[in-house]
Amino acid sequence: MMTQDSIDQGIDNQVSAQAADSTFREVDDTERAIPAIEFRNVTIEFDGRKVLNDLSFKVMKGETKIILGGSGCGKSTTIKLVLGLLKPDSGQVLVDGEDVTNYSEVQMMNVRKKIGMIFQEGALFDSLSVYDNVAFKLHEQGVPEEDVENEVRRMLRFVNLEQAMDKMPAELSGGMRRRVGIARALVGDPKIVMFDEPTAGLDPPTARTICELAMKLRDLEDVSSIFVTHEMNNLDYLCSEYAVVNEAGEVVFEKEGEKLCLINSKVLMMSDGQVIFSGTDESIRRSEDPYIQKFLRGH
Amino acid sequence: MNIFTRLLLELQEMALLVGRAAAGLFRKPRYLPETLAQMDSIGVGSTTIIILTGFFTGAVLTLQTYQTLASYGAVDQLGYLVSVSLIRELGPTLTALMVTGRVVSAISAELGSMVVSEQIDAMRALGTDPIRKLVAPRIVALVITLPLLTIIADAVGIVGGWAVSTWLYGLPSSMFTGSVRNGIQTDDIIGGVVKPLVFALLMGTIACHKGLKTEGGTVGVGRSTTSAVVTASIIVIIADFFLAKALQIILGTTP
Repeated sequence: MMTQDSIDQGIDNQVSAQAADSTFREVDDTERAIPAIEFRNVTIEFDGRKVLNDLSFKVMKGETKIILGGSGCGKSTTIKLVLGLLKPDSGQVLVDGEDVTNYSEVQMMNVRKKIGMIFQEGALFDSLSVYDNVAFKLHEQGVPEEDVENEVRRMLRFVNLEQAMDKMPAELSGGMRRRVGIARALVGDPKIVMFDEPTAGLDPPTARTICELAMKLRDLEDVSSIFVTHEMNNLDYLCSEYAVVNEAGEVVFEKEGEKLCLINSKVLMMSDGQVIFSGTDESIRRSEDPYIQKFLRGH
Repeated sequence: MNIFTRLLLELQEMALLVGRAAAGLFRKPRYLPETLAQMDSIGVGSTTIIILTGFFTGAVLTLQTYQTLASYGAVDQLGYLVSVSLIRELGPTLTALMVTGRVVSAISAELGSMVVSEQIDAMRALGTDPIRKLVAPRIVALVITLPLLTIIADAVGIVGGWAVSTWLYGLPSSMFTGSVRNGIQTDDIIGGVVKPLVFALLMGTIACHKGLKTEGGTVGVGRSTTSAVVTASIIVIIADFFLAKALQIILGTTP
């Protein structure tokens, strides 16, 4: 017969064994060593102007790459290339280790199923309600309506907009449109998510809400993402805070302190289609490059 | 790029667009509800303007030709003249031009707005091909409804001609209807139906192509809409000539 001590000991051993197992599985997981997104010497021209010039970078699994840069430096073009909405003139684009550079539109459709895209202004379908916008992908796949409704409600709860389900896009505020866009992009739980200036033109609390959603995806859902922005608030939130679930089961955001340093958020700065900085938020703040300093300080 | 090269490029892009839309018709999902909605919008929505256009075209044709026929003592041929003119030529062309004004502009503006607000990119990002979802239903709906609208315009136009000949000029009703019945040949009807089929394909392709090629924000939407309407109208009129000649040769009605 087992004593209470031996039971406790058994549970401890079990937990330790599980923890060790998950740790070693993590280490041995070669899948995680493959970047979620990789650009290799990508160049693209529009009307004779090089919008991206020999661009190379990687986004690892579970990592958020914050792409900073002024307007017209090629940030949005970069994420459109990941989705195959544009094709590079030279170089390679890899998604989950798969070279998608020369994929046809039909082949790209399968790759896009792994990726969620959040557009600058939401890009909601004007003629469809919030429900139908979020359900778009599922309706296209012929999923039964009962399952569609459950998934739509789950996604709208995630972005705190369940009450707006029957509204039309024209009835929503800018921030609500972005959040519906996020809910739509997250249907099917994509493991890669692209944010194209999702906080541009929003008031600070709404911008904060969008950043919290990105943090939840990064820290709780192991989503890899590219977060294109030119707002320094976004950088502060994403690089200094993380999401955890507290004992009450609620998602809370904690600041990285002296004990903990976030390693799953990296910064890439672009200018004229080229990478001028790649690293952590701490190192970009220390950079002495005049362009970077001007961008960070605004003068 | 010179005009000739640009023209060739546009033709190539339109041919590819139609090809991809046609290929998509044979794969799932088939977008039948979208096609039916477009048929309702294009077909049912255009009926009133087509009835008005057809009726007054037939009426004015009678009004203008009565005097000439009377001077030759050929008033008994009035119904034949009006009906053949409508079925062979005026019905298909005027219906196509009216639908161009109403539908081509709407399709081009709708798709153009979707392009500039990134809805087309969003659709592609969600794994849906906009050519199959948006272009194919619109072209198919046009190809089905334009011949039907043309038949309505022809029929109502003949009624318009009959009304003027009977009520304005006091001709016996049977004189007009008899000459219509005896004059119209099967070849006229075939030509009158083939033309709108081709026009619909051209109009749908131009509207969708111009809409999807929109760039430059809301100004660009206006530009592409104007361009779609002007191009489609001119192409309909040019195609009408070549189709008329081709049909004469094919149906053996060349004098």
